[in-house]
Amino acid sequence: MDRAEVGTQEKENQQDMVSIHIMGKRYEVPFGLTIIKAMEHAGYRVVRGAGCRGGFCGACGTVYRLEGDYRLYVGLACQTVVEDGMYLAQIPFYPATKAKYDITELDADLNTLMQLYPELSRCVGCNSCTRACPQDIDVMNYMAKALRGDIAGVADEAFDCIMCGLCASRCPAEEVPHYVAVLAKRLYSRYIAPPAEHLAERVREVDSGEFDARLNEMTQIDQQRLRELYNARDIEE
Amino acid sequence: MYTPQMRESIRMVERTRGKRLEEEEYPTLQPDEKERLLRDYHPDYREDTQREVRVGPNAGDKMPHELVDCLEGRSELDYEAVSLQNPDIDTEVLVIGGGGAGTAAALTAQSEGLEVLLVTKLRLGDANTMMAQGGIQAADKPSDSPVQHYLDVIGGGGFTNEPQLVEALVRDAPYIIKWLEELGCMFSKSDDGTMLTIHGGGTSRKRMHFARDYTGAEIMRTIRDEVINRSLPTVEFCAVLELLMDEEGRCAGAVVRNLDTGEVSTIRARATVLATGGFGRLHVAGFPTTNHYGATGDGLVMAYKAGARLTFMDAVQYHPTGVAFPEQMLGQLVTEKVRGLGAQLVNSQGEQFVYPLETRDAVSSAIIRECDKGGGFVTPTDQAGVWLDSPMIDEINGDGTVRRELPAMVRQFERFDIDMTADPILVYPTLHYQNGGIEIDEHARSLQIPNLYVAGEAAGGIHGRNRLMGNSLLDILVFGRRAALHASKVVDQIDVAPLTLQHVREYDETLKEADVEGRQRSPMVLPDYVSSK
Repeated sequence: MDRAEVGTQEKENQQDMVSIHIMGKRYEVPFGLTIIKAMEHAGYRVVRGAGCRGGFCGACGTVYRLEGDYRLYVGLACQTVVEDGMYLAQIPFYPATKAKYDITELDADLNTLMQLYPELSRCVGCNSCTRACPQDIDVMNYMAKALRGDIAGVADEAFDCIMCGLCASRCPAEEVPHYVAVLAKRLYSRYIAPPAEHLAERVREVDSGEFDARLNEMTQIDQQRLRELYNARDIEE
Repeated sequence: MYTPQMRESIRMVERTRGKRLEEEEYPTLQPDEKERLLRDYHPDYREDTQREVRVGPNAGDKMPHELVDCLEGRSELDYEAVSLQNPDIDTEVLVIGGGGAGTAAALTAQSEGLEVLLVTKLRLGDANTMMAQGGIQAADKPSDSPVQHYLDVIGGGGFTNEPQLVEALVRDAPYIIKWLEELGCMFSKSDDGTMLTIHGGGTSRKRMHFARDYTGAEIMRTIRDEVINRSLPTVEFCAVLELLMDEEGRCAGAVVRNLDTGEVSTIRARATVLATGGFGRLHVAGFPTTNHYGATGDGLVMAYKAGARLTFMDAVQYHPTGVAFPEQMLGQLVTEKVRGLGAQLVNSQGEQFVYPLETRDAVSSAIIRECDKGGGFVTPTDQAGVWLDSPMIDEINGDGTVRRELPAMVRQFERFDIDMTADPILVYPTLHYQNGGIEIDEHARSLQIPNLYVAGEAAGGIHGRNRLMGNSLLDILVFGRRAALHASKVVDQIDVAPLTLQHVREYDETLKEADVEGRQRSPMVLPDYVSSK
């Protein structure tokens, strides 16, 4: 089935059914449903394996094969449309070890990455992680950057990671790219990107009580006056 | 992929685009025009969407049917079978909910030296926080001030907000951004560290901070990482079914159910932080929703049975730009940032009908009006919508802006072969936010129930009848933190009297006496998309 066609069919076509297997049992479900909606249509009430249902939270990792195809596929159940002959199983939980650290006591360098995730050097360059990523992130490339200590590069390239962990589920070197990504982003943001001076200044001003009197006044004035002030606001260009 | 009919309408949009880029902005609504628009077209004002709740602290108040059904449902908990003699778990602070508010409360409480337990019915971070794309407001630029922020918040809320809560919100905003910056949250910045900030609907200053278009996700990933780093005790897939009270009428923990095994446990706590989020998944008035799977309003119901008053529950926020096409994405959020970056709203003929950065309630009402008048485009599945002219963004800000600033959005549409950098996208309002909630004070304390704190979307009054974009990511962190800070000052003095579930028993009896006992058990815990299909 061509995914590009999904959603453009006329109503009668949408009544077409496809045959899928959920954990080995066969069900007929309407064409065009996402995996999560297909499972619910088949009668599964999902507890583990559903989250935002919008592709943001990574809760609904799913593994599947297609009839007559030796490959193993992964995807998000809320974003992947069912195909005829799909054999699928949700991944309710996937063990992956996250290193624990005190972010205030790290250096933003290769040494930190290697100490916390020594398996980084085990990458065999198979690209399974990139193929698994539902966000189309070049995971293998950012892991290569991590291995070079390019923390800013990892943070930038891995930014869209939703931490579903599907990359880790397919890695023959048993790496945890999604956890490397979050570490790199935190290191970059805390140590490499300059702090916002205007922010520090405003925090000082609030601390020193600079706005106390005017804020207090705002809570006291009557609604009529408040409306006047609101309607007279100048809007920043 | 768009149908030929859609292509035809898009050509009209393209024809007017050049002119719209050059012309002055569409006029903003005058106050009286806006009031009329809301009265005539906003779903909150429709007679058939609400009814009076008949029992409990808000008896006689109008609320959406779907919420009243929950409030009038008997307890999901078999409370007669629960032993309260020896609680299974004892903690100083119990945090209920694993979204932004609960996580901020738990982290702050732990930093203050308290013993904390966080329970959440899905996974830590499975919450609306994760889905907030647009940004977080804070008045931290020299051109701005918390006073200006105050004015925007209270005007956006129709001057109905609780002043003390608004003051807390705008005052703490810079602290929150600073806290996140120090935790290593990757805000979009210029090379010298200056925060990039833009407008949102109803703002008078560019104070919307963002992390590309994954702002909520970036905040949540950062604070969740911190929870794991600090080994903060967390139990996932554990749903709270009722609050526990003590015999002095104070909140003293909760009864929870392990969603994997069904086992019920009791947790005794000196302070309880309710951070259970909103009710989008109740699908108020039949609208699709942007909300997370777990947004079933559980906390509202539990607190209500224990005597908490709810406020502004009749004010529901419909996000003006939910996806209307393709069907698979129906109801999903198209962030307000798209309009913040310059995209206009136009009808099927390519004509503007509203200034795109009016407050959300006004834009939603204007879209509903336009579609009711027949100005919208109707999809093959009978969903009306109007065009959000996203290609304008690159024309205004330079090529590549859409892809750089809205990668999540671009990717989601690309999955269905729609290129929002080249073509407009079809939108219609979607149920987005519960403006109201449980009444709290500026320390996030329930006004009625001692030792109960409420933070995040479950709380009401901060935003009055209408929240502005970027003030929700802010309020969850402000009031989550405030709850924990206050609890840390008083928790030593709290004694817990013997535990009781008498309030639940009495509430069920009241339902029976009033003869309003609904068929539904509550809290709902998770929506049922199986039997309702």
